[in-house]
Amino acid sequence: MIGYILRRFGAAVLVLFAISVLVFLIFFATPGVDPAARIAGKNADPATLEQVRASFGFDQPLPVQYLMMMKHLFVSHDLTSFVNRGTLVIPQIMDAVPVTLSLVVGAAVIWMVLGVAMGTLAGAMRGTLVDPLVMLLGVFGVSLPVYWLGEVVNLVTQKELHDSVFSWVPPLGYVPLSQSPGQWALHLLLPWLTLALLYAGIYARLLRGELIQALNEDYVRTARAKGLSERRILIRHALRCSLIPIVSLFGLDFGALVGGAALLTEVVFGLPGVGKLTYQALQNLDLPVIMGTVLYAAFFVVLANAVVDVLYARLDPRVRRA
Amino acid sequence: MPDQPILEVDDLRVRFRTGGGHFTAVDGLSFSVRPGEVLGVVGESGSGKSVSMLGVLGLIRTPNAEISGKVVFRGRDLLALKDREMRAVRGREIAMIFQDPMTALTPVYTVGWQIAEQIRAHERISKREARDRAVRLLDEVGIPAPGKRVDSYPHEFSGGMRQRVVIAMALSCNPGLLIADEPTTALDVTTQAQILDLMRRLRTDHGSAIVMITHDMGVVSEIADEVLVMYGGRAVERGARRDVFHAPRHPYTWGLLDSVPRVGGPRVRRLPTIPGTPGASAGGCPFADRCTHRHAACEEVPALTGGSGHLDACWLPEEGRERIRRGDRSGPEASPARQSARAADEER
Ligand SMILES: Nc1ncnc2c1ncn2[C@@H]1O[C@H](COP(=O)(O)OP(=O)(O)O)[C@@H](O)[C@H]1O
Ligand code: SF4
Ligand SMILES: [Mg+2]
Repeated sequence: MIGYILRRFGAAVLVLFAISVLVFLIFFATPGVDPAARIAGKNADPATLEQVRASFGFDQPLPVQYLMMMKHLFVSHDLTSFVNRGTLVIPQIMDAVPVTLSLVVGAAVIWMVLGVAMGTLAGAMRGTLVDPLVMLLGVFGVSLPVYWLGEVVNLVTQKELHDSVFSWVPPLGYVPLSQSPGQWALHLLLPWLTLALLYAGIYARLLRGELIQALNEDYVRTARAKGLSERRILIRHALRCSLIPIVSLFGLDFGALVGGAALLTEVVFGLPGVGKLTYQALQNLDLPVIMGTVLYAAFFVVLANAVVDVLYARLDPRVRRA
Repeated sequence: MPDQPILEVDDLRVRFRTGGGHFTAVDGLSFSVRPGEVLGVVGESGSGKSVSMLGVLGLIRTPNAEISGKVVFRGRDLLALKDREMRAVRGREIAMIFQDPMTALTPVYTVGWQIAEQIRAHERISKREARDRAVRLLDEVGIPAPGKRVDSYPHEFSGGMRQRVVIAMALSCNPGLLIADEPTTALDVTTQAQILDLMRRLRTDHGSAIVMITHDMGVVSEIADEVLVMYGGRAVERGARRDVFHAPRHPYTWGLLDSVPRVGGPRVRRLPTIPGTPGASAGGCPFADRCTHRHAACEEVPALTGGSGHLDACWLPEEGRERIRRGDRSGPEASPARQSARAADEER
């Protein structure tokens, strides 16, 4: 198992290296484009252009340029956004990460609990009215666009009913966990629920299907012949095996969301996370920030994948030797 | 009272409600098993062997099934037991193993864990003790290095070894009756023989009665004391192995016996098969549509009757069945033409 973990993370590091080279090449070595002009932004004066050329070593060979870039990113942390009047890129990303992590982790907990509970209930109660009812609820969650749902939630809680039922809802925005855990949770509650609703529906549906399939497996018949209780058969045997594909899906979704896919939720609820940062940078064509967030996103997606694979191996002994 | 049956099934019926109407999978089946005895239940696929045994254990779970009759095990009617009482019987007093050892175990737990789970479902013993017993059981069924293999996962065993694990698990609570549903069908011939050997040995050591379900007369001849031949959900012949093999009475049994390669005889590529497709004929004798001896009387369902423990359900005259059998279905030995055809087959 330890060997497997080491191998898996070794592979992740290699993938990250490859991605960084690729991103570097796209941004700095696209033929026919002057990278200095792109980094300096539209209408930059010659002095700025000269400064950019020097700091990124554009007169040097490509491998040196790559190393200088990585130094700016990971060693001196002084990659600068010229479009945005010289703000440093890395601190911006570092400020945004906790916001996105708070949003996604909280939502993930809610959607996993909800999704597993709903899926198990529906799968175990198949043939009764509970199953279609729960699934209808799931379809409802899946079919609402996050952006629209967020706007409606805001309209109701911030305007229409803010003076009565929802007077406890704080204004949009983010409060750091270190500053006030209570306010942190309160500010994030509605974003969490909004984001979780979509995924809970998908996960419930998927788990129900897996569970129904598992309950028809031979090993469940064996478990019954052993004289185990239905409850134990459901949870320890059928559900335990059904969770394996759920976990791998979860890793992918989680990685993508932390990597910036929670953009819409962040924008609607005014949360200054990585998604929102990328969104703004794209609007201004702020190349250094875009590059920073792309690398950051790649890091989380790859990391999440590696974690999932390790978890998967813990859950499913059959993949450990692969 | 050693001759008191441990299991007595009386007029068991299982009907499934299907899309259009009803399908009777088991139609008035009666048999009994004495302690330590091996009953071979044989018949083509679809003849209701599995369904009847699942019915005995209360493992038919679809709400579309109607089950009636009496299943008396050690003096209690199992069909009348509550769920919880039935669970205490399953796995402890009656164990059941299934055809495909590759899928019969939960893939995510070690075999030791799964054996211990069964023991601990029925007995109050510590995890440690349950594990020790699992090691002993694995040793007993011939798993090499059981102390190490107890922590292996099902996928780390071959098919034959996995079936041994399944057998070890079934025996973990010393059941009075073991129902084995085609335990060797999914295995290759050599492994089949080893598993049958093992079951014969365990039967002597543990004294469990065994119901051995199979579609293979060869398996029955190797292990059974009593034989029950099923067709279309009904018993068509029942008796001691010697009688059924040496003086088979029912045309369906004749067909089954003719389609078995003779032990020690030359290997044939193509065995004679029973003509027609399996399935009970509507009304009358269930075998009528495929029977070459069908006559007017067969419009009525023949009852299972006979003397001295050898019964059959057929309207043919009591006497002279062997002559009727040879009459128009000459056995492979009797026909020289067939012998040369077989020799030709052998050459190829
Ligand atoms: N749940 C079910 N619903 C409807 N028909 C069933 C069901 N289970 C089994 N049957 C039918 O019962 C018949 C007997 O099946 P089975 O006992 O499995 O035969 P076998 O002798 O091969 O073990 C088959 O024709 C099968 O299609
Ligand atoms: S009762 Fe008639 S149809 Fe049925 S097996 Fe006997 S001879 Fe054949
Ligand atoms: Mg069967």
